Amino acid sequence: MADLRALAAVYVRLVASRIRAHLEYPVSFSLQLVGTALLTLIDFVAIAVIFVNVPELGEWTVGEVALLYALATISFALTDLAIGHLDLFPQMIRDGTFDQILVRPLPSLLQVVTMDFAPRRIGKVIQGVVVLVLALVLLDVDWTVARALAIPLAIAAGAIIYASVWVALATIAFWIVDAIEVVNAFTYGGSFLSQYPIGIFARWLQGLVVFVVPLAFVAYFPALYVLGKDDALGLPQALSFASPLVAVLAALVAGAVWRNAVRHYRSAGG
Amino acid sequence: MRLYFELARRGYRRYSAYPAATVAGLFTNIFFGLLLAYILLAVYAETDEIGGYDVRDAIAYVWISQGLFSVVAIFGPSWFDLAIRVRSGDVATDLQRPLDLQLSTLAQDVGRAWYQLFFRAIPQFVLGAIIFEITIPNEAGRWLLFAVSIALAIPVSFGIRFMLNLCSFWLLDHRGPTLLALALNNVLSGMIVPLAFFPGSLDTLARLLPFASMLQAPIDIYVGEPIGGNAATALTLQVGWAVALYLMGRMMLAAGTRKLVLQGG
Amino acid sequence: MIELEGIEKRFVVRVKTGRLRRERREVMAVAGISFSIEPGAMVGYVGPNGAGKSTTVKMLTGILVPSAGRLRVGGLDPPRQRIELARRIGVVFGQRSQLWWDLPLADSFDLLRHIYRVPERRHRENLDRFTQTLALDDFLSTPVRQLSLGQRMRGELTAALLHDPEIVFLDEPTIGLDVVAKAAVREFLAEVNRERGVTVLLTTHDLADIERLCSRLLIIDHGRLIWDGGLDELKRRYGQERTMIVDLEEAAPPLDVPGARVVRVDGPRQWLSFRRDETSAAELTAAVAARSHLVDLAIEETEIEEIVRRIYATGATPPVS
Repeated sequence: MADLRALAAVYVRLVASRIRAHLEYPVSFSLQLVGTALLTLIDFVAIAVIFVNVPELGEWTVGEVALLYALATISFALTDLAIGHLDLFPQMIRDGTFDQILVRPLPSLLQVVTMDFAPRRIGKVIQGVVVLVLALVLLDVDWTVARALAIPLAIAAGAIIYASVWVALATIAFWIVDAIEVVNAFTYGGSFLSQYPIGIFARWLQGLVVFVVPLAFVAYFPALYVLGKDDALGLPQALSFASPLVAVLAALVAGAVWRNAVRHYRSAGG
Repeated sequence: MRLYFELARRGYRRYSAYPAATVAGLFTNIFFGLLLAYILLAVYAETDEIGGYDVRDAIAYVWISQGLFSVVAIFGPSWFDLAIRVRSGDVATDLQRPLDLQLSTLAQDVGRAWYQLFFRAIPQFVLGAIIFEITIPNEAGRWLLFAVSIALAIPVSFGIRFMLNLCSFWLLDHRGPTLLALALNNVLSGMIVPLAFFPGSLDTLARLLPFASMLQAPIDIYVGEPIGGNAATALTLQVGWAVALYLMGRMMLAAGTRKLVLQGG
Repeated sequence: MIELEGIEKRFVVRVKTGRLRRERREVMAVAGISFSIEPGAMVGYVGPNGAGKSTTVKMLTGILVPSAGRLRVGGLDPPRQRIELARRIGVVFGQRSQLWWDLPLADSFDLLRHIYRVPERRHRENLDRFTQTLALDDFLSTPVRQLSLGQRMRGELTAALLHDPEIVFLDEPTIGLDVVAKAAVREFLAEVNRERGVTVLLTTHDLADIERLCSRLLIIDHGRLIWDGGLDELKRRYGQERTMIVDLEEAAPPLDVPGARVVRVDGPRQWLSFRRDETSAAELTAAVAARSHLVDLAIEETEIEEIVRRIYATGATPPVS
């Protein structure tokens, strides 16, 4: 436990350091934020354009889909903010940085996760929040305290689920060097598909994102709860509460996958 | 002439040397193709036709565009090779060679496109045709015009990428303009949704820009909905942009070279 | 402090045989190495590239798991007790950095203090000491990426020692440094070893490092230990030959000097090979000057690669030390 405290202290310092560095150039930083926000907003254009042409998508209205989009996007942006540097993980293995990590008295995954922090990606979070507000304005939600809490809870759980998937996929770098593009397909593709009502996808794909790679729990199921919608893909409606539990499970699985991959790395050689 | 063919060959081989990466890329495109196809199926459950596209057109659109991405190089690691060379100063050696830098880079790009046409675009298309019901033209003429349009899309795409890379002569970081170009590209090339889905005037405007000439134009021809009602307009636009971008690229290269010489790089 | 017994490391390598097929081939990077190092020793670890040096060090530091053999570092089993071991060792990789690239050097030290959980006071003491000895004051607040190689290396050494490790593994710590910086680093290492009793395993290509710092030398080649003993002993047996490169006023036929033979001629430049125990450099210089118009000269020592080659050539087996 003392180890974790040490790690937390290091991480806080690192984050503070990065934020300080960005704040030294406030104008450039704000421009970056706005730029990133606008660029990501373009993703929403696709959805907007669809709804210019049709009133509903798989029985979901524009406000409802906007909520899905917002939850998925904010979660993903938070994950990207915290561990976006995992994109460079294959490079870290190649240039020996990972060996350096193994020589430090801390668990390797925690070190990798806390290695960097990218304040400029906050722009994507902002964009998601804007769409969230838009969605809530468009919708007529039957608000309860539980429903109101469900949103931040879903976002937190969603971020952990994305992070788990990302970490598990990143371990591919220990085994294969070339085909790293596949990882991007699944991380960005996964984020993309969780912005849409899962029901519109083929049965096998639905099964995949509910039981194997639990992306359906990032935005879809929580949204069902908030909206009081009855569309649980033929599964028990109770699943709409399952996101936090799924997040914990996903994190555990990711940890196990990581440990196994590192074990392989240490046996098979740098 | 011979030399340019060799360069094209080199560009081809650069990609054929990494079959694993090609398969991985194909996989990615197929994955996205599936997602987009399902989304469009859901959209067309509500309506029969959008902007002249019916459901079979729209799904054909998605599969072809995913396949053409790599050919037309909308993303890709090859984007910034030149920019890196400009920034490091290595480009000076390139400029001293008797080969024209712009044309030789274009030749390599054509080689690359050729490889990706056969090993990414065509498998992608065939797979899409098998899994889904898509539009398949039965007039040989349309196929021919489609092929011509794809061929024209490559220099248009090259023109944009070439100029973006050359920005490195003046800017320290090519990321800014690149991000902007990518974003514009995403929307205006018809990558996310067919341009036909955009409301009228936006649609027309978008199709006039070069981005549309990269992707939307060939697909429009394939599907039978080219801008202005006949393929000739679309093709003319493509040719126009290819030439215009080529000339702009030349001017930029000349300006950049002058700067390099003045700096004693 | 460090004990290896019959340590082996096998890698499986995929080699292309034809367009699509790949063959699995096994490479023995380390083929049975045994040695032990007592606390407070400073030992040099030397060998040609690809000999297995880095692999051995990676096993000693817990990065790689040996395929066979017994391994104890500081009484711990590195593959199984990686984190515990990490607290008690320091590592400097010459080519890689353990510092945070875009943060000021002082920030890196601060972060490391937390990572290694060094008590504030001890950290302060150490940092002050090292700042003084290595003259870090000038660049403590400079971001690491702006430091010169020499400055960075001083920072790396500090970083490796701040938490009072018992054992330090140094991999090419003087590579790329100028003569002055190299001397400073060597001084520092000698002092640290002497005053703090830190056990040091020094991997290097630079024989001068070894000469200055290590009384004992381990030579590895093709995954095997081919020398474990004193440097003087090594030189006596295999390092006797030196080369004097003389620049004459003009091209001349090969010089005929007692105690040396000409091995190469290139215009006015000649390479004379002589044995340390037969002829001194001074004698040879005098002899050459007497027989020719000598403009300039230089002396080359035997390279470690040369020594290794020679050990193989004479069929020497690893001496028991």
